[in-house]
Amino acid sequence: MSAETTDVHAEHGEHETMTKGRIWKVFFILLLITCVEFFIALVVAPKFGISSTIVNPIYIVLTLLKAYFIVAFFMHLKFEKVGLALAIIVPILFIIGLILVLTNESHYWIDLRG
Amino acid sequence: MSTTVAQPVDEVKSTPWSGGRSPFEVEYGKMMMWFFLLSDAFTFSSLLISYGALRFSAPVWPAPSLVFQSFPGLIEHGAPLVFVGLMTFILIMSSVTMVLAVEAGHRNSKKEVVWWMIATVVGGLMFLSCQALEWNHLHSEGFWWGHIPNKETMQEFFKGGVPLSQQAMSSHQFANLFFTITGFHGFHVFSGVIINIIITVNVLLGTYERRGSYLMVEKVGLYWHFVDLVWVFVFTFFYLV
Repeated sequence: MSAETTDVHAEHGEHETMTKGRIWKVFFILLLITCVEFFIALVVAPKFGISSTIVNPIYIVLTLLKAYFIVAFFMHLKFEKVGLALAIIVPILFIIGLILVLTNESHYWIDLRG
Repeated sequence: MSTTVAQPVDEVKSTPWSGGRSPFEVEYGKMMMWFFLLSDAFTFSSLLISYGALRFSAPVWPAPSLVFQSFPGLIEHGAPLVFVGLMTFILIMSSVTMVLAVEAGHRNSKKEVVWWMIATVVGGLMFLSCQALEWNHLHSEGFWWGHIPNKETMQEFFKGGVPLSQQAMSSHQFANLFFTITGFHGFHVFSGVIINIIITVNVLLGTYERRGSYLMVEKVGLYWHFVDLVWVFVFTFFYLV
């Protein structure tokens, strides 16, 4: 228990933290991005008949942007040591590998069925 | 003859990685929470990527704007994304109250931490209730693990004329994947609510006040934000795409 307390006190002095103003700013950014997604899904896409091949990448980019704001500010990762941030983010990049493998595989499944 | 001496051999190094201190400068439990969340991120991404692969390989798929177009209890048809929009708002909002609890913890303000934690728990319960309504609605239409609606109802969930055999196959896949993935996420939300309640009780009992830091609030906060983060992805891939 005592080890924890000393660590915390050493940590607090030099760390930049989230102020109330900043928290609400991030909240409004997240809300705005979600509203943009709704606007595209409910108004823009049906009105102009935009196909899903164009709209879907936009959704994915907006989702990753939201993920960035949650992880960087709410989860505070932006203010941690670079080493910790890398220890979390670099393994996540391996997921891209699985995405590539399985999308490739699913195209093969279509051929099998056809 | 130069008098300057080169670096002494026995000089104590002070860089973060030369030993003697934590290079990440985070407390052990917080670092382990990060690593747990990393492993959980792998679990969720394998579920979502399998969903993506099955959906890509299916010739047809139930249209989200037709499946999710009701606001349970209020609007039966023609309100796509409205209910899930509310759920997303509730979860983002409860994430905000969680950071506000963490922020109050940094100022050692016990009263504020308690209030923000209670708000977070309420947000979590509201989200779970919404999800229960959503599940109940889909269940009443005939969707469940291994179950699909009857032919007439199923027809309504597909755009254009699609052969019935193809409808049945992808509806099965959709039902299984939807209940598994949102169920696994909902189970995380449920665990988060329980953990948040435990931490709130501890705050009320003054455990962290005596300890001198509200670091535990920060650790459960990480878990809670992760749950919100996963929902952002579930929302995009089930409701928007």
